[in-house]
Amino acid sequence: MSRYDRQIKLTEVGPEGQAKLLNAKILIVGVGGLGCPAAMYLSGAGVGKIGLMDHDRVDVSNLHRQVLFQESDVGKPKALVAKERLEKQNSDVQFEVYKEPLTIENAEKIIQQYDVILDGTDNFETKYLINDACILADKPWVFASIYKNEGQLSVFNYEDGPTYRCVFPKSTRQNISCEATGVLGVLPGILGTLQAAEVLKIVLGAGQVLSGKLKLINMMQASEQVIKINKRPEQVEKIRKEGIAPVYIDCDLKNKEQWYLDVREVFEQPKPKGKKVLSIPLGDLTSRHQEIPNNKEVFVFCQSGKRSKNAIEILKNEFGFHNLKNVEGGIETIIDG
Amino acid sequence: MKVTVKYFGLVAEAAEKSEEVLEINEALTASELKARCLNGLAIAEKDSVQIAVNQNLDDKTIINDGDEIALLPPFAGG
Repeated sequence: MSRYDRQIKLTEVGPEGQAKLLNAKILIVGVGGLGCPAAMYLSGAGVGKIGLMDHDRVDVSNLHRQVLFQESDVGKPKALVAKERLEKQNSDVQFEVYKEPLTIENAEKIIQQYDVILDGTDNFETKYLINDACILADKPWVFASIYKNEGQLSVFNYEDGPTYRCVFPKSTRQNISCEATGVLGVLPGILGTLQAAEVLKIVLGAGQVLSGKLKLINMMQASEQVIKINKRPEQVEKIRKEGIAPVYIDCDLKNKEQWYLDVREVFEQPKPKGKKVLSIPLGDLTSRHQEIPNNKEVFVFCQSGKRSKNAIEILKNEFGFHNLKNVEGGIETIIDG
Repeated sequence: MKVTVKYFGLVAEAAEKSEEVLEINEALTASELKARCLNGLAIAEKDSVQIAVNQNLDDKTIINDGDEIALLPPFAGG
């Protein structure tokens, strides 16, 4: 008996539907709280090819919601660990690992190779990037986002339907991650699973796809709402004409006289402006430590305060810096506005 | 006239409630009502917040008695 027997029995699937799934190529951008459960169900359903994209490594604080990872995976690249786990679940599926972030340079080329894109990201810049690249490559994408106990879900750019920019034309720098606000593991589990369901419906051509609608879920209140959204053709035309519109999120720091060291990767946002802000990613500190002043106080920051703490340890122990202070709460605590 | 306003995400937090009934005495567009609801709330970049009237995303429509309003900020988490 086929391993897919229980789903083939459904009239919405059948042998033809199963063949469609085996021919489908799905890209999951962000293998975290949303991407993990989505990947497990898509792999279980026998999707032919799954792209797993994540530049991050497994952290112990991911384990409560990122259900593909185990304690022994801490420190390993998420995309790679996910592939190894999922291969054991279903050897029919071909997995492609991307350990680099989605960028303006690579987005369209990578997205071009897939049928549907699943957004498991945790920041606005990448959501707008996926949106724009999907418009240019003419691919549907399944969006989900979380804030504390609430989630948003929709399918964008599906059969000429509305896009993310049609709902939120203006980006914001308030990139508030689950890391910052807290989240129960089940909420991204619910949203990621619903995203996988939308992908399956798109591939099968079955049921009602959540296009032209934004679903709002409040897990604590056990409530749901669906808001109708309309296409704003000018938002789509602009991207078609001018290409991807990068969302660079600038910000000012409260104290412009203070020296700062930003140890985040270059693509992380928001980006503070100013002559006294040095940007050296954690991994480059050993080769570039000479650029850091050692005769005046320098505040070191990252997104949350964790990597900056590591950076100070390295600079202190290996290069004798004694003038560095950690920004405990991460960049959000030193931004002006 | 009376309208019910539902708040989501950051907006609900800043308003310290998820829902309220507002009494309105003049003709307002959705975007005017949005400005009124967000006025005084500690939210940066208020223009990123979208408004839905009777489950339709639309900031131009005129508000009517009994309308159900939703104020929706974008979420980034995953």
